[in-house]
Amino acid sequence: MNCRRWLIPILALLVTSATALAVEKSIILQSTTSTANSGLYDHLLPIFTEKSGITVHVVAVGTGQAIKNAQNGDGDVLLVHARSAEEAFVAEGYGVERFDVMYNDFIVVGPPTDPAKVNGMKDTAAALRMIADAGVPFASRGDNSGTHKKEVALWQRAGVDVASASGSWYRETGSGMGATLNVAVGMGAYALTDRGTWISFKNKGDYVIAVEGSDDLFNQYGVILVDPDRHPRVKAVEGQAFIDWILGAEGQAAIATYTLGGQQLFFPNAK
Amino acid sequence: MQDFAESFSLAFGLVLAADADLLEIIGLSLRVSLSAVLISCALGLPLGAAVAMGHFPGRHALIVLLNALMGLPPVVVGLLVYLMLSNAGPFGWLQLLYTPTAMIIAQSILITPIVAALSREVLEQLHDEYDEQFRSLCLPPHIAVAALLWDARYSLLTVALAGFGRAIAEVGAVIIVGGNIAHLTRVMTTAIALETSKGDLALALALGIVLITMALSVNAAVMGLRASAARQAYA
Amino acid sequence: MSANLAETMPRLLPLAVEGLGYEVRGARLIDAIDLRLEDPGVTVVMGPNGAGAGRLRWNGAVVDQAVRSRQALVFQRPVLLRRSVRANVEFVLRLRPGERHQTAMHWLEHVGLADVAERPARRLSGGEQQRLAMARSLALEPEVLLMDEPTASLDPASVATIESLVDEARQLGTKVVFVTHDIGQARRLADDVVFLHRGRLMEHTAAATFFNEPASSAARDYLAGRLVL
Repeated sequence: MNCRRWLIPILALLVTSATALAVEKSIILQSTTSTANSGLYDHLLPIFTEKSGITVHVVAVGTGQAIKNAQNGDGDVLLVHARSAEEAFVAEGYGVERFDVMYNDFIVVGPPTDPAKVNGMKDTAAALRMIADAGVPFASRGDNSGTHKKEVALWQRAGVDVASASGSWYRETGSGMGATLNVAVGMGAYALTDRGTWISFKNKGDYVIAVEGSDDLFNQYGVILVDPDRHPRVKAVEGQAFIDWILGAEGQAAIATYTLGGQQLFFPNAK
Repeated sequence: MQDFAESFSLAFGLVLAADADLLEIIGLSLRVSLSAVLISCALGLPLGAAVAMGHFPGRHALIVLLNALMGLPPVVVGLLVYLMLSNAGPFGWLQLLYTPTAMIIAQSILITPIVAALSREVLEQLHDEYDEQFRSLCLPPHIAVAALLWDARYSLLTVALAGFGRAIAEVGAVIIVGGNIAHLTRVMTTAIALETSKGDLALALALGIVLITMALSVNAAVMGLRASAARQAYA
Repeated sequence: MSANLAETMPRLLPLAVEGLGYEVRGARLIDAIDLRLEDPGVTVVMGPNGAGAGRLRWNGAVVDQAVRSRQALVFQRPVLLRRSVRANVEFVLRLRPGERHQTAMHWLEHVGLADVAERPARRLSGGEQQRLAMARSLALEPEVLLMDEPTASLDPASVATIESLVDEARQLGTKVVFVTHDIGQARRLADDVVFLHRGRLMEHTAAATFFNEPASSAARDYLAGRLVL
């Protein structure tokens, strides 16, 4: 009785949900939490969709997971920020070609009391050494993301063995950028973050930027079409259309005009 | 914590304004989880009935297994379904990854053991009561099962509710297989996870309040139905 | 209609009852008593053991498949489905071909429950519940009606109703096997008596013979109201 009345509409919903994707032109963009959380895509994608008729579905995960997903063919375009991993992705035949899209920079944020006395420093390696020497908590992504890879490289350059400190002052959250910032603010730890995420992050508390502006904090984003020869179901035409657009004048201008609180978050630098 | 007060007023504001994005997310949450409950009942109830009434080797082990599977970690289910539905996986050709259907599949896997295990308990109790009568009538098994399911329908509604509660509240599975794609696979829990990661804790909590209210409403509706059934001595 | 049935269907008597068991709290006191019930009418099965505490089980009692499909059981505690009174009768009618609604109402009228047909079965009083169980069994138009202490926990008025229903069933040609520990009830109903004691068949005689000239000392003591050990 009652059950049957419900059954049909619900089954109908199930069926329509399976076909929903087929009716529109769309691609899946495997990207990072840092770009998605900053609101950049909410600004860019409607412009692109209006022009091309192609809907872009963003899966925002860490760079490591995004690359892994793209390797499995579960995405058409990859837009991440870990240059060497991106180049390996192309070299191993998963991607067609890598292009620079835009950049911003990383910053080290920390509590206003600045227990490691690093505020305002321009030498990242030296600042990290001071944090390590002081034993002040440092919250790391620990998730193989682009930001995490950058951070590991910075520690190496500073000559600090963080692996041996893991669990004491060096705390790996294994989470996304936002979650890691939540943890850092909660425990009074320093953390490395990209500036875009930091500006759009709403749970800053009284945290301040401790270290910024050095060359080694440069954060380059690249875009890659997943190779349709490798994964035949990749929507190469639509994916290439998106890449052409974002690397072209219109896409680059759209990136440059995205601001939050009066600040520009990303700087286009396609060649 | 000014977040709490802010969250409640935000939650009210969101609901009163009937925010289109919010309604879309709520709609998808309900669609995904109710579909999963439906599928789980279609699979889990007959399974529960078979275990409740059957006598076969390994029955006890199966009961232990079902009870253990009630605690399946959503993130593991999500990962398994992802590996199955990925273009690199065996069912990639179905092109279901990052669709609501994938989320329904994951949640169905998650809650079918719950429906099976709990319905087994309910039906076994009723079976004990009805068994002698049914045997004296020489009922064919399919009629006996149908009668048990029908007579236990109000108790089984509670079972379905337990499954629904689990499905609507989990984030681990749907975020992996759905991808939390805006306007496509974003549900309440993944939206809450997203807002938390953006550091917008007040909005995250406001969404949480809406989710809890949703769950409360569904529960209240079902319990009301059950209470009226109990008055009729049908429960 | 059941009178018609009794006339047209082949007679199933004598009825072979095998492996009649008797359990008290799960312990089997009687393992297998084999009976042949030759005559129509009401056979009362009685005995002093465990009155009220144990109950007879018809574990595969009636072996003949033809009989199986034309038997019906009424238990001490009726097991009623969580449905309306009418739906309880219609449920068993699904096992038979033919129209259900009218037939169900016919039998509910027969037991005097027609006016509560749409009420939930489990809201009925104990006596009404047992009458519904009777209606449900009679609706199957059984050749053999097996009743296991059906009135043990009922008030006298309900007992009288059940007994008159049993009497009507007998008059319509149904073979009734009635288990009871109530001697007065046995006197009122029995055409013949099966007397069990200590797990053995002591006597199986016509009712008049059993009550007037019981053959065994156990039966004599039992009928005289003495404790039978």
